[in-house]
Amino acid sequence: MSDGLNEIACCSGSQPVFREPGFWRRGGWLLPALPLWFVVYHFLEPFANWLAYTRLGLAPASRLGSAVAFFAYDAPKVVMLLALVVLGVTFVQTFISPDRTRDILAGRAGIWGNVLASVFGIFTPFCSCSAVPLFIGFVRVGVPLGVTFSFLVSAPMVNEVALFLLLGLFGWKIALIYAGTGLTVAFLAGWVIGKLRMEKHLEDWVMQIDFKPSTIQEARKSFSDRLDLAVDGVRDIVGKVWPYLLAGIAVGAFIHGYAPEALMAHIMGKAAWWSVPLAVLIGVPLYSNAAGVIPIVQALLGKGAALGTVLAFMMAVTALSLPETIILRKVLKPRLIAVFLAVVTAGILLVGYLFNAIM
Amino acid sequence: MKIEILGTGCAKCALLGKHADEAARSLGLDYELTYVKEIPDILAHGVMSTPAMAVDGVVKVQGHVPTSRHIEKLLLG
Repeated sequence: MSDGLNEIACCSGSQPVFREPGFWRRGGWLLPALPLWFVVYHFLEPFANWLAYTRLGLAPASRLGSAVAFFAYDAPKVVMLLALVVLGVTFVQTFISPDRTRDILAGRAGIWGNVLASVFGIFTPFCSCSAVPLFIGFVRVGVPLGVTFSFLVSAPMVNEVALFLLLGLFGWKIALIYAGTGLTVAFLAGWVIGKLRMEKHLEDWVMQIDFKPSTIQEARKSFSDRLDLAVDGVRDIVGKVWPYLLAGIAVGAFIHGYAPEALMAHIMGKAAWWSVPLAVLIGVPLYSNAAGVIPIVQALLGKGAALGTVLAFMMAVTALSLPETIILRKVLKPRLIAVFLAVVTAGILLVGYLFNAIM
Repeated sequence: MKIEILGTGCAKCALLGKHADEAARSLGLDYELTYVKEIPDILAHGVMSTPAMAVDGVVKVQGHVPTSRHIEKLLLG
């Protein structure tokens, strides 16, 4: 794979020389690092208990004791899990690009287009700041409007990192419910918008502007290129979200140790009909990375909050955000924005009530 | 060599610019690095996922931030 480069380097004397890194730099470090990760991860809980109950001498039954043990166990656990998940997810994402997704979705009208777009929305990596060019790129090569919306809703709502964090923390059932309900909302939102035929509610410049998609031939990436990108991803995401994670875990630890179960169950339990809309209302102005919400979700579930309510909260935090709405206003006329927000909100409420009813 | 960084100006675009700069400098190239921030100009390059990088008008990177080591390869190839 890198032979071409060596040729360049060896056969043209004046050209700058590209040095190929050694075995350890190319990914050999994974061989000791991965087993080490599992060993450390395995001993986190006994270590946290030792720290809280033996070293600090707190009583296991006391509120302070259980809050400290929760924090000492959870903080390193979630950060380690996050690092591993981001490494894996980013590595896989080096094989996927918005351009490829767009070409797959182009011209796919009908229900399958919405289904595919929702699924691709989970794994296709894209920076939220490129939402406008991406939207135009999709619509202009013939991805139907409703299918484009399924993608745009699913991408933030079902976060691939959050999905695997949930899997690691709560098991496959909760992870599946999270992915399944998020996909359903994305599918429904896009399908409804497609049925409403709202193409005329795009801003005029969207269809008028000069755009011809460039087909680029990116240089082939080697294993070590992809691994480098994954490590960069870990550095970037863990570096960005760890303060939120720690804050989330601290709130979680407080809830774990101090919030009375009866009160929590009363406020966020399934008996209170208003808890789902309230969770959405609280969630919308909070715009956080999905990874930062998860520790709070964990503590809420542990204290008897209803699953539907917690899901609604999480989806509202990640899928509905003021900054993104403002960005999308550049390409959507007010009525389409309103329909978009209404449909997504309705979908989230539906998921909340549905799960409170059946679980 | 003309290196253009395409993107609306988020943190990732700045990072791509930094990596491209490092790569071009470590290769000792004669280059000029500019930022393309207006959405119509970005679209005119045929780019829909940012951050992106064009070298002498040819788009080489779309939608992610390669390491500067990888950009070195792209600049040479």
